[in-house]
Amino acid sequence: MKTYFLNFWQGLFTILIGMKVTFKHLFVPAVTIQYPTVKPQMPERERNRLYVNMDDCIGCDQCARACPVNCIEIETVKSLPEEDLGKTSNGKKKVLWVTKFDIDFAKCCYCQLCVFPCPTDCIYMTDVYEFSEFSRDNLLYDFATLLPEERIQKKKNFEEMQAKKEAEKAEAAKKTAEAKAAAQKPQEEKPKDNSKENKEENK
Amino acid sequence: MMYDWLYNLTGSDILSMFVVSLLPLFLFILPFALLAVLAERKVSAHMQDRLGPMRVGYHGILQTVADIIKLLQKEDVVPSATDKTLFNFAPLLVFMGSYAAFAAIPFSGFFIGSKIDLGIIFIVGVTGLVVAGILMAGWASNNKYSLLGAMRSAAQIISYEIPTLLIILTVIMLTGTLSLYDLSEMQTQYFWNWMILGGPAVGLQKILLIPLMILGCLIIYTSTLAEVNRTPFDIPEAESELVSGYHTEYSGMKFAMFFLAEYANMFAVSAIVAVLFFGGYQSPFGYLGNTLNLPWLIPIEQFFWFTAKGLFFVFVQMWLRWTLPRFRVDQLMAFCWKYLIPFSFVILLLVGLISLM
Amino acid sequence: MSSILERNIESKSSLKTEEMVLNMGPQHPSTHGVLRLELQLDGEIITNVTPHIGYLHRCFEKHSEAMTYPQVIPYTDRMDYLASMYNEFGYALAMERLMNIEVPERVEYIRVIMGELQRIASHLVALGTYGADIGAFTPFLFCFRDRERILSLFEMTCGARLLYNYIWIGGVSHDLHPDFIRLTKEFIKDFRPNLKELNDLLSFNRIFIERTANVGVLPLDTAINYGVSGPNLRASGMKWDLRRDDPYSVYHKFDYEIPVGSGEKGKTGDCWDRYFIRVREMEESLKIIEQAIETIPDGDVTSAIPKRVKPPVGQIYTRVENPRGELGYFIISDGSLNPARIKVRAPSFVTMQVFPELCKGFMVADVVAILGSIDIVLGEIDR
Repeated sequence: MKTYFLNFWQGLFTILIGMKVTFKHLFVPAVTIQYPTVKPQMPERERNRLYVNMDDCIGCDQCARACPVNCIEIETVKSLPEEDLGKTSNGKKKVLWVTKFDIDFAKCCYCQLCVFPCPTDCIYMTDVYEFSEFSRDNLLYDFATLLPEERIQKKKNFEEMQAKKEAEKAEAAKKTAEAKAAAQKPQEEKPKDNSKENKEENK
Repeated sequence: MMYDWLYNLTGSDILSMFVVSLLPLFLFILPFALLAVLAERKVSAHMQDRLGPMRVGYHGILQTVADIIKLLQKEDVVPSATDKTLFNFAPLLVFMGSYAAFAAIPFSGFFIGSKIDLGIIFIVGVTGLVVAGILMAGWASNNKYSLLGAMRSAAQIISYEIPTLLIILTVIMLTGTLSLYDLSEMQTQYFWNWMILGGPAVGLQKILLIPLMILGCLIIYTSTLAEVNRTPFDIPEAESELVSGYHTEYSGMKFAMFFLAEYANMFAVSAIVAVLFFGGYQSPFGYLGNTLNLPWLIPIEQFFWFTAKGLFFVFVQMWLRWTLPRFRVDQLMAFCWKYLIPFSFVILLLVGLISLM
Repeated sequence: MSSILERNIESKSSLKTEEMVLNMGPQHPSTHGVLRLELQLDGEIITNVTPHIGYLHRCFEKHSEAMTYPQVIPYTDRMDYLASMYNEFGYALAMERLMNIEVPERVEYIRVIMGELQRIASHLVALGTYGADIGAFTPFLFCFRDRERILSLFEMTCGARLLYNYIWIGGVSHDLHPDFIRLTKEFIKDFRPNLKELNDLLSFNRIFIERTANVGVLPLDTAINYGVSGPNLRASGMKWDLRRDDPYSVYHKFDYEIPVGSGEKGKTGDCWDRYFIRVREMEESLKIIEQAIETIPDGDVTSAIPKRVKPPVGQIYTRVENPRGELGYFIISDGSLNPARIKVRAPSFVTMQVFPELCKGFMVADVVAILGSIDIVLGEIDR
């Protein structure tokens, strides 16, 4: 019997306490902000969309190797010896043309693993988070600054240089082979006689 | 009375009856239902430290208008394997049951929809139509879960009508009248004549009645909360329970009817509690019209007080919804039959004994 | 219309009852993630529950064999996405023991602080969503408001709110922000009254107690037989906490209690006990964080991080105390840069096994209450 009335009284009492809490909260100012008109302040270490400063990129491929989801694709072409690509901001000399630097933000998991290995600190995370697109293909960002014709040109230059080098090497190899053959001829007769004599003697 | 005034004005009883019966509907209840939806969202938001609708209109005032326009232009999906007559008729029945109750509620000393002597019994009878509507909706939806939800809701409403009626019986026993208009007239002249503080009785009777009346008011408030399916008794409408509710298959305007009927019902039961225990449209401290000698001001003031009391109780209903968790079905029934009904019987008995004194 | 009626009349006249199979599908507002529950009902009483998992399987263990060891860390985040710091913690601890790396003391303190903050955040989600399932909508928002403060602390330190990639093998990726300690102290000061408010609003509410006490009772021997760990085991009465019984990192330096369920409002090991254990654990975590902030030493957090992670050939099993139980990592290394095998012992997976036992004999409406109280995360079950 006693538990009956105790239940009733407890029920009433706890409900009133709960109501007091909610009533107090009626007068607490809201903790939310009206988003599109008021935007929150992002902290300085915020990890959102990546940005690559191509002036500093030396094409070392470290960021692409560090990425766990393989969203960075880099292709580089060796420059000709007479071309000067300039220096990066911390003094390294650039020797590679970066013909392709694609980051696919549909795959990127925003883990920041690509930022740490970069020797020139050219890839970093900004605080841009409002970059939705209507089509998934628009999320493939192309950071390389060479124009398409320039990229084809650089590749051709490299291939031509390679071909030239190959030709030079082939010629040089032929020349040395000929020189070797010419040098070897007078010496070849003596050992030949010796060997023939040895063979005849052995027989 | 409004009816007499209109009759004198127009000379036709049909026209005046027509206007009188439609006035509360269009001028008061429909705008109230629209505002109540918005108020619920704003009240719940502020209790949860956030802001609620803010974009449509100044601080979101026109939000319900936008919602109604959206519901109006929605496709009315009727599943093919349902019983179409029942399916289409159910929301109308629920709507009618809720709105017809306003005919017997006195909005002010000057206006009451229909001055029938059966007042409160009429209201309780008409709101019972809602049960039939809900059962029809659950059955005609041809959905296992809707049927379960509708049956639970019907069981809940029918069970909780018993404490309601018992407490109403208590008040009627004390005052001797069924008509809500006469009940309000009896609680005149300052708040210590209100039923919750013992009513127009005097002396020892009044002191003895006070705790019983307070308990009775709590009981009737709780049981009417269950009748309108509000938390903590909102099993039929719960989303996170397995059963999705009796109005799942409805879309568009029919759904809007269920929705608006719920808010109108909320106001109706708040109004009943206000009339029975808190003096109806009477002001707690006398009328400005009397002090300023402007007799036409009094009905307006009475209307203001009535609305204020009704809105306060609606606010308490919303407050309870956002504070309390939900009952389980068997606990709900146990609460009614094991706690509320015995208490109401005891109150009835004691009040009867006291009124013999 | 007539078919349902006919069937009902048939069953009444022949007094034959069948068990009904009800499907709580993968998309449901109360199953915390994509979980499919097949309930066999006899009227309203449950006779059997069969959980179907695998809807969130992302081949984490196989995938990690193609990654290098540091690249696995973002993947471990995503298993139990509500307690990411602890997943990373477990993995880093396992690798450090395998490679015999000694981390600076400051790193240990930072890891403990982050881990305990993460524990509070994870319990807040569990309690908030549990209240929302039962029907109390307001505590849900209060819990999330407090969790926002913790997430902004994390955001200030490492830049991300949910999946951090912060605890690395041999250290942590960034040192603490200069404002971190001050803001954490403010958070602790604001959080204690909020915890009391949560108790007022939800924990001791009579209706909530009616819903959760004596429901889903997990007896102690059943729990031990199934291998349940964490708050679920402590709620059944056993004082077993890996931070004390198999200590790792610097937990032995702090003074805190291990709350144990005692059947205050019903039987020991019911849903209310499991719920309230989590509330008390949040308080204990606050104590640990306070002590850690007072005594944190200075140092360089990145000094012990190896340039290339190439562990010796061998295998190791390490376990840590996740907010959900005992999280274990079993790593086999064959001496190369990629792991040969990583196996994760997820606590929610083990707890899911005991779920059908808990539900037998209760009503359908209790399934939601029991599922919320054991606090599972599908990302951890399916990996």
